[in-house]
Amino acid sequence: MGATVALQKAFVPKFGLDLAGGTTVTLSPVTANGKAPSQESLDRAVTIIRQRVNGTGISDAQVAKSNDNIVIQIPGAGREEALRLVSTTAELRMRQVLAVAAAKAPPAQVPTAAPTPSGSAAATPAATSKASTPARESAAPNGNATPAGRALSKALTAPSPEPSTSTRATTHHRAGAGTARGARAKASPSAAPSPTPTASPEDTSDPLAGQDTSGIDPALLTEFRKIDCTAKNRGQGAIDDPNKQIVACSDDGSARYILDKAAVQGTEISGAQAGTDPTTGEWIVQVDFKSKGATQFADITRRITSLPAPRNQLANVLDGVVIVAPTIEEAIPGGSARISGSFTQKTATELADQLKYGALPLKFQQSSVVSVSSTLGQDQLNGGLISGALGLIVVMIYLLLYYRGLGLIGIASLGVATVFTYLTVDVLSHNAGFRLSLPHIIGLVVSIGITADSFIVYFERIRDEIKEGHRTLRSAVEVAWRRARRTILVADAVMFIAAVVLFYLAVGDVAGFAFAMGLTTLIDIVVVFLFTKPLMSLVARLRFFAKGHKLSGLDAERMGRTSPAEQTLQEA
Amino acid sequence: MPGVISRLYRGDINIDFVGKRKIWYGLSVFLLAVSILGLALNGLNLGVEFRGGSVFDFKRTPGSSLEQVRETVADAGVHQVIVQQAGPNWRVTTESLKADEVTKVQQAVAQKYGTTKDQVSSQVIGATWGGEVSQKAWIGLAVFMIAIMLYLSVAFEWRMALAAIVALVHDLVITAGVYAWSGFEVTPATMLGFLTILGYSLYDAVVVFDMIKEVTGKLGTSAKMTYTQAANNALSHTLIRSLNTSLVAILPVAAILFIGTTLLGAGTLKDLSLALFVGMIVGTYSSLCVATPILVTLKEREPKWQALAQRVHAKQVSAAKAAAKEPVSAGSQNVTTTTEKRKKR
Repeated sequence: MGATVALQKAFVPKFGLDLAGGTTVTLSPVTANGKAPSQESLDRAVTIIRQRVNGTGISDAQVAKSNDNIVIQIPGAGREEALRLVSTTAELRMRQVLAVAAAKAPPAQVPTAAPTPSGSAAATPAATSKASTPARESAAPNGNATPAGRALSKALTAPSPEPSTSTRATTHHRAGAGTARGARAKASPSAAPSPTPTASPEDTSDPLAGQDTSGIDPALLTEFRKIDCTAKNRGQGAIDDPNKQIVACSDDGSARYILDKAAVQGTEISGAQAGTDPTTGEWIVQVDFKSKGATQFADITRRITSLPAPRNQLANVLDGVVIVAPTIEEAIPGGSARISGSFTQKTATELADQLKYGALPLKFQQSSVVSVSSTLGQDQLNGGLISGALGLIVVMIYLLLYYRGLGLIGIASLGVATVFTYLTVDVLSHNAGFRLSLPHIIGLVVSIGITADSFIVYFERIRDEIKEGHRTLRSAVEVAWRRARRTILVADAVMFIAAVVLFYLAVGDVAGFAFAMGLTTLIDIVVVFLFTKPLMSLVARLRFFAKGHKLSGLDAERMGRTSPAEQTLQEA
Repeated sequence: MPGVISRLYRGDINIDFVGKRKIWYGLSVFLLAVSILGLALNGLNLGVEFRGGSVFDFKRTPGSSLEQVRETVADAGVHQVIVQQAGPNWRVTTESLKADEVTKVQQAVAQKYGTTKDQVSSQVIGATWGGEVSQKAWIGLAVFMIAIMLYLSVAFEWRMALAAIVALVHDLVITAGVYAWSGFEVTPATMLGFLTILGYSLYDAVVVFDMIKEVTGKLGTSAKMTYTQAANNALSHTLIRSLNTSLVAILPVAAILFIGTTLLGAGTLKDLSLALFVGMIVGTYSSLCVATPILVTLKEREPKWQALAQRVHAKQVSAAKAAAKEPVSAGSQNVTTTTEKRKKR
C-alpha cells in the first residue's frame, strides 16, 4: 500500500500556487533614481526575507529572485502572519543596553572561543598579544567578532575627528592604541574599560554576575539566562514592541543583550551613509536624524554616556536582532552621529543600508499579491488539463483524417512526446524544485502544435519525394528526412530563441510559459530524431505503406501521381 | 468544391500569391491603417493588472445577483466596485486595497454567501506593476527581433530576415488593432500571447523560406523561370504544409480558448489563448501574403535576378511568337514541368 501511494506521489508533479492554492507576493525594489538595484543587495534581501518566513515556522514557503523582483510563495490559506512579515520592512529601533553576555554560557576552556564577543576574546592570549601591534590591527579581531565593538560619536568633530577604534578594547588595548597613535588617543576620553566584564571566562555560572540588574524586568532576567544565541533561530523576524524591554541576540550570534525600551525609532533616521574618515582613512558610518529623532538621540546619548559599561551602549535592533551596539562616547546633539570601529567598506555599506532601509537592503513595494483559493486553483488545473487533452485529441484526429496511415505515426510520436514531457516535468518537480503552474500548462498545450508541425513538415516532404518519382518509399523516406531535418531544426531554433529571450527578460507568468515552450521545443527535436524518423524507416518496409495502400496516406489517387510501386514497375 | 479540396490535398493548386502582391500589399496596408486608427481612437482596454487595483474571485452561489454582490462588497467599505460574471465565478474588481481591507471584503463575502474567507481568491496589484510588465515585454520584443534578425541572416540571408521581421510587425500591429476595436481586455496574459505570436509567425515563414531557398537555389543562368515565379511555385508547393501547420497550431489554442471561456470564464487561459488565436490567424495570412511577396520584391532588385527576369521574359516572348505560329501552345507552366522531369532522369 505504502509503496503504491509513494509511486503515485512520484508520478504526480508538484503544482504551483495558482493550481494548488496559496499566496504569491511580488515585491519590486524602489530605488531613488529608478535604476536597477545591485544583484548583491537583492540576494541579501532574499536571504533576509527567507529567514523571516522560516522564522515563523513555515517551511514550505519559497522566496526567490525573479529578475529584479522578489517573489514569495506561501502555499495554503490563512497565512496572514507570514504575509504581514514579508511585506513589512522591519523597523530599526535604538535601545539602551542594560546587560550583555556571551551568546551562551561558555565552556570552561574559553580561550579558544574565538567567535564569542570581544569581551572574552580580549582576555584570550591571542588578543592580548595582538594588543602590542598597532591599534588598527588589534581592533580587527575584536571589532569583527562582535558588532558591539564600535563607538558612536559626534559627526565631524573637526579638531580630533578620530574617536577610539574600538571602545571594546581592554585598558591594555587602549594603552597600545595610545602609544601607536600618540596624541590622537585623547579622542576617546570616555572610553569604557571592558564593557562586558561578565563575559570573561571565570563567570561561566551566571551571565549576569557582576552586572547591574536594576530596572530590568525580572521575567527578562530569567529569559536572558535561558536564551541561546548560538542557536539557528535567534529570533529574527520578531516584531518587537518599542515600549517594552527585550532580550535580543547579536546578528552574528555571538552575544546576548537585555535592552531597554526604544529610545529612537528607525523612522526618525533621515539617512545613513558609509564613508571614510578624512584624517585616518578608516571606514565609518554617518547617521543623520530627523528633527524629533535628533532630540531623542541627543537625550539618550546625554543620559547614558556617563554610565558604566555596558549601559553606555546604544543597541540598534532590526528584526529583533542587534546589528550594532556602539558605546556612546559623548552626548551627541545636532542630529548627526557617526559609528566607527574597524569597518571594511563592505561592512560599513551594509550597516548604512540597514540603518537606512530597515532590515532589507532595499526598499520594496508590493507589486502584486495574488492569493488563489484551493477551489479556484482546482478549477484552473482542471481547465488546463481538459484543454490539454482536448487539444491533443483534436490534433490527433486531424492528423488521422488528413494523413491516414502516416497520421498514426504522428499520433504515436505525439504520444511519446506527451509521455516524455510529463516525465520531464515530473522529474524536474521532484528533483529541481520545479512547480507546474497554469502558464506552464498553457505553454505545453500550445506546444502540441509545434511538435505536430515537425511531423507535418516531414510527412509533406515524403509525399513530395514520392510525387517527384522516388523508386521506393524507403528511399523517399531517407531523402525526405535529409531535407525536412534542416527545416525542422531551423524552425525549432526560432521557437527556442523566442523561448530563451522571453525566459530571461520577462516578468512573472511569462517566464513559466517560455520555459514550457523551450522545453517542448527540445523534446520535439529529440522525439522527431529518435522516434519519428526511425519509426518511419521501419514502417517504410511494410507492404501497407510501401504499396501505397488507400489508407496509408500515400496512395496514388490522393497524391495525384502514380503510386511508388506502380512507378517502380513502369520504370523497370 | 470537392475538386478544390482534393487538388489542395494533392498540392496541385497554383495561386499566384506573389504575382498579385500589389493586392496583398494593399490589403495589408489597409488593415494596418485600420488597426493604427483603432489604437489611436480607442486605445487598448487595459486590465486591472495595468491600472492597479484589487480583484476577488469566488464561486457563484445560486440566487446571488450581481447587484447583491456589489452591495455586499461596497458595504465592506470599498469604492469603485465592478462585478462581472466569469464562468462559474463572480469576479469583483475594486480599487487597490490594503491587506486588512482585502481581509474585510473576503470576510464580508464569505459570510454572505456561506463560504470561508479562504475560498475567496484575491489579487492586489500595485499601479506600477503593469508598467514593469510591459516595459519588460518591450525589451523582450526588441531583443527577440534582433536575435531573430541575426539568426535568419546567418541561416538564410538578410533579405529573408527583413521580410520575416516585417511580417512579424505586421501581425503584432493587426492583432493589437483587433484588440483595440473589439475592446477585449489586455492583461499580462495577453501580452504573453502577443509575444508568443512572434514564434509562430516566424515558424511558417521559415518553412516557406526554406523551400524558396531550395527551389531558387537550382535556378541557373539558363533557367526558364524568374525568381518571382520560382518563389511562387515554392509557395504553392508549401501551401498545404503552411495551412496544415497553422491549423494544427491553432487547434490546441482553440481548445484552450473554448475551455477558458466556457469553464473558467476569465483569467489567464482565456486571455492568452484569445491573443494567440487572433495572432495565429493573422500570422498564417502574413506568412503567405506578406513575408514572401516582400522577399520577392527585395530579391528582384538584385542584378542577378533582374538579369534572369529579362532573359526569361525575352524567351517567353519568343515562345509566344512561336506558339502563335504553331497550333500547340507551350505555356510557361508546362515548360517548367518538362524541365523538372528532364532533370530527374
